[in-house]
Amino acid sequence: MADHLPFEKPVIELREKIKELRSFTEDKDIDLSGEIEKLESRLAQLEEDIYGNMKPWDRVQLARHTERPTTQDYIQLLITDFLELHGDRLYGDDAAIIGGIGFFEGNPVTVIGHQRGRDTKENLRRNFGMPHPEGYRKALRLMKQADKFKRPIVCFIDTKGAYPGKAAEERGQSEAIARNLIEMAGLRVPVLCIVIGEGGSGGALALGIGDRLYMLENSTYSVISPEGAAALLWKDSGEAQRAAETMKITAPDLEKLGILDGVIPEVRGGAHRDVQQQADAIREVLRRELKELSSKDPEVLVSERAEKFNQIGSYADVTDANTEE
Amino acid sequence: MLRDLFSKKKRPEKIPSEKAKQEVPEGLMSKCPGCKKISYIKELRKNDMVCEHCGYHHRLSAGERLYCTVDEGTFTEMDAQLIAEDPLGFPEYKEKSAKDREKTNLNEAIVTGRAEIEGVPVVIGVMDAGFRMGSMGAVVGEKIRRAADTAVNERRPLLLFAASGGARMQEGVISLMQMGKTSAALRRLHEEGLLFISIMTHPTTGGVSASFASLGDVNLAEPGALIGFAGRRIIEQTVREKLPDDFQTAEFLMDHGQLDRVVHRHDLKSQIGTILAVHARGEEE
Repeated sequence: MADHLPFEKPVIELREKIKELRSFTEDKDIDLSGEIEKLESRLAQLEEDIYGNMKPWDRVQLARHTERPTTQDYIQLLITDFLELHGDRLYGDDAAIIGGIGFFEGNPVTVIGHQRGRDTKENLRRNFGMPHPEGYRKALRLMKQADKFKRPIVCFIDTKGAYPGKAAEERGQSEAIARNLIEMAGLRVPVLCIVIGEGGSGGALALGIGDRLYMLENSTYSVISPEGAAALLWKDSGEAQRAAETMKITAPDLEKLGILDGVIPEVRGGAHRDVQQQADAIREVLRRELKELSSKDPEVLVSERAEKFNQIGSYADVTDANTEE
Repeated sequence: MLRDLFSKKKRPEKIPSEKAKQEVPEGLMSKCPGCKKISYIKELRKNDMVCEHCGYHHRLSAGERLYCTVDEGTFTEMDAQLIAEDPLGFPEYKEKSAKDREKTNLNEAIVTGRAEIEGVPVVIGVMDAGFRMGSMGAVVGEKIRRAADTAVNERRPLLLFAASGGARMQEGVISLMQMGKTSAALRRLHEEGLLFISIMTHPTTGGVSASFASLGDVNLAEPGALIGFAGRRIIEQTVREKLPDDFQTAEFLMDHGQLDRVVHRHDLKSQIGTILAVHARGEEE
């Protein structure tokens, strides 16, 4: 089985063993039910231990899992009559970001998200979900369109980061990201952001200035990849596991830091184990939040969104403290 | 003098004078990274830290930058009392910040305040790359937000001199969110019809170039400044090709339509003055 991760190996092995005993029971007509029962209770315990105590690095691996559902998967399960719209009207159409219009439970929405590929061929076409400036500019065009027609916007965040390439720099990667930040801050429609996989730095944030920010339980959001952080910190990208802990990049860690509106629980073992069930969990959040946000006055949305960001970040005020170290 | 200006004991009132220039690194001579020629630091300072042989623009501390930008005696610092916390419990962050406070005599990587430039009242923020590489954490984000809010409340133009390696890794995703915070603050300025001039100096990269620094009504840069989103080495590893020597310099960005002007340090104040004058709307005072 190629789709399991190292940390789940004991669970997978035990499951295999139980399966083996079962077929043995059937084939040879020997009653092993006592044995099987014992193993099954051990399996339950083991699953509890492993999935209940996931390390940050385990979550990083799940967030990057090749089978992990992508923006397209969720659009397919949550949005009816979805029509993808293309191009930034300036340079090109970046397949690393997709966006379009459709209905969520009967109401018009614009949905935008990073799009990874499922196999090498698609990944090449989608540049592994790492956008160029034209991707961000397409996203912005679609957001402004949504703003004009008063449709709420749902953003799915799932990228290792904005593409670090020559052409991207030439066409203004920084400006494209910065422009999205300032424009999203002013959108007069509800903006709901959900990190579904990796939230890699500015390239993720460029779809991330919303009224609400949710993360799937096994997704990550970080200013630098664990590998990058490890290389800087300990001159060794092999220390990525340690960096994943230090940097506090998992959904549960970020919820503790107070930057999230909520963590969306995942199917045991990760979203890819049951995409339908995962989409249903997202549906609940969309339904609740879009209802609430849609009732707000546009002015209120904009000012509360700014205030939300104003609240992020703690600092000490040393007025009158005479703190001379 | 400048040391007092940024002391943590009392809030500074006025910006400096000729003495400001005498602070900065010790030593008599300096080798120019541009042309490798040796100059007397005293001479360099007289020339606003621009190499007289090749025009290389040396990095300026926040104090030096203010000295050569604002009208003498007009600077009043704001929010100097804010200092970083350690939200992630990051290894050595507290110690390193303390060391940088000591070294730079600043509480953080940006100094903000009110000042006049060629007689026009402005709000100005100046980053100092000597403090944690000028990286943006919660304090830098908050000071920029407050500066933008002051600009809105007092209807003054805002100027930000970027000098930063990007978001501050030691504050993790909190630093990333400062990109959103500063951009949202600039949006209010924009809505109010107020001017924002961004001046990118060496270096302006990562999360700073990808947020407020790129959002000026007018974007200026100093010659030779490194400006870009991703690091050169990362790009080289990704694309596996040699990048041109001038890649991500101010001139490179200018060629690609990303800047309004590349301005020599000697001309910067007067050109900023012109931009301010064009945007002055005859409000009283």
